[in-house]
Parts: sequence; C-alpha cells; structure tokens
Amino acid sequence: MSRNPLIREVPPASWYFRHPRYLRYMSREITSIFVGAYCVLLVFGLGALADGKESYESFLLALQSPLSIAFHVAALIAALYHATTWFNATQVAMKIQIGEDFLPGSTITGAHYVLWVVISVIVLLLAGVF
Amino acid sequence: MAQSNKSNKPVVWFPFAAGGTVIAFFIPVIVLLTLLVALGKVPAGLSYAGLHGWLANCVLAKLAVFGIVALSLWSSAHRLRCTCFDFGLRIDTLVAAVLYIGAIFGSIATAVFLFRL
Repeated sequence: MSRNPLIREVPPASWYFRHPRYLRYMSREITSIFVGAYCVLLVFGLGALADGKESYESFLLALQSPLSIAFHVAALIAALYHATTWFNATQVAMKIQIGEDFLPGSTITGAHYVLWVVISVIVLLLAGVF
Repeated sequence: MAQSNKSNKPVVWFPFAAGGTVIAFFIPVIVLLTLLVALGKVPAGLSYAGLHGWLANCVLAKLAVFGIVALSLWSSAHRLRCTCFDFGLRIDTLVAAVLYIGAIFGSIATAVFLFRL
C-alpha cells in the first residue's frame, strides 16, 4: 500500500498573486498581447500599402483616433518593457568566455543598449523624422 | 514501432528567440513612428510616396521588413501561447494551433503584400 501522494493545489488562473516575482513575470507576459496586436496592425498597414495610395492614406487617417493613440502608447510601453528586460537578460543567456575569464555581464547588456540606440536613430533618420 | 527522439522544440524556439531580439531592437522605434502618425505628424518616410518608394525599389528593404514582421509575429504567437497557459487557459494544443497558424498566415500575407509593391 502506498502513501497518499502529495498534491500541491495550484490555482491555475490566480497563482501569480502569490509572490511579487510571479507578478513581475506575468506583467512581462502581458506585453506580448500588445506587441502581438501591434504586429497584426503592421500586416494590415502593409496590405493597405500594397492596395495603393488611396487605401494606404485612409489607413494612415484611421490611425488618427483617440483609441489608436491610447493603443500606441500602451504598445510603446509594452515594447520598451520587453526590450529592456530582454537586454538585461542577455548577460545571463549568453555568457561570452575570453580565455580563462568571462566577459562582464554589464558589457554584454551595455553593448545591446548601444546597438539599440544606434538602430533606433538609423530607423528614425531613414523615416525622415529628424 | 520506432519512435523518434527528436524534439520539435528547436524549430519553434529558434524563431522565438530570434523574434524576441528583433522585437527588442526594432519594434519600439517602429511603434514610435506610427505613434507620430496617430498624433497627426506623418514622418516623410511613412507617407505613401516615401514608404512605397523605399519598399518598391529596394529588395533589401523588403527583406528587412519581411524578416522583422514574420519573426515578430512568430515570437508573439509563441509568447501568447505561454501567456494563455499561464492565465489558466489549459487547452494548449488548440491555442498553439490557432496562434501558430495565425503567425504563418500573417507571414505569408506580408510576403504577398511586399511582392505586390
């Protein structure tokens, strides 16, 4: 006869309220909803562009609503949160060994931030923002 | 019956990791650009003439846009699948099928749109 197995009751829909660390994890998970929705918006934008000048310009006009501004602000916050946590994690995910020593984590993460700024400035320049 | 030991995880995981990096580097600045559009200040590069000129004449720009959109879609689909599971939606096979098919469909649509330019 075996003893009763230990069953840990984990509430499937509210477990993340148990620890602040879980809440931080879930808040990062939620950013995927906004980023995913934004990617779908990008596909629709490209579709409008492929349909011609008229439909692309009505797409641009459709973006200019209060709801769209709110969505963009939320998506921007989500994208920034994703980016910073992603770059902060690189030093754990990709250890670089040079000879006997490991490259300091701050160097790896810092390099990503520098590259991020460079890419962003190039994209803004190409888009003619400056 | 011989069972394969091979896992399909790397196939899902590689585009996910690549997509996470692409999202981190490119999506914030792209959101910033369309936020400017939403605020009524359309940057020159996002006007029809500007964007169409870039994408229709430069194959490299097409490839870059396809890479960014397709990888971001795939990565988002994978992350949304995990998010659904973590929020207690325990029908993983269905969720995974819907999201991955959506991502593949979106990627194909992107390729078709870019090809038509």
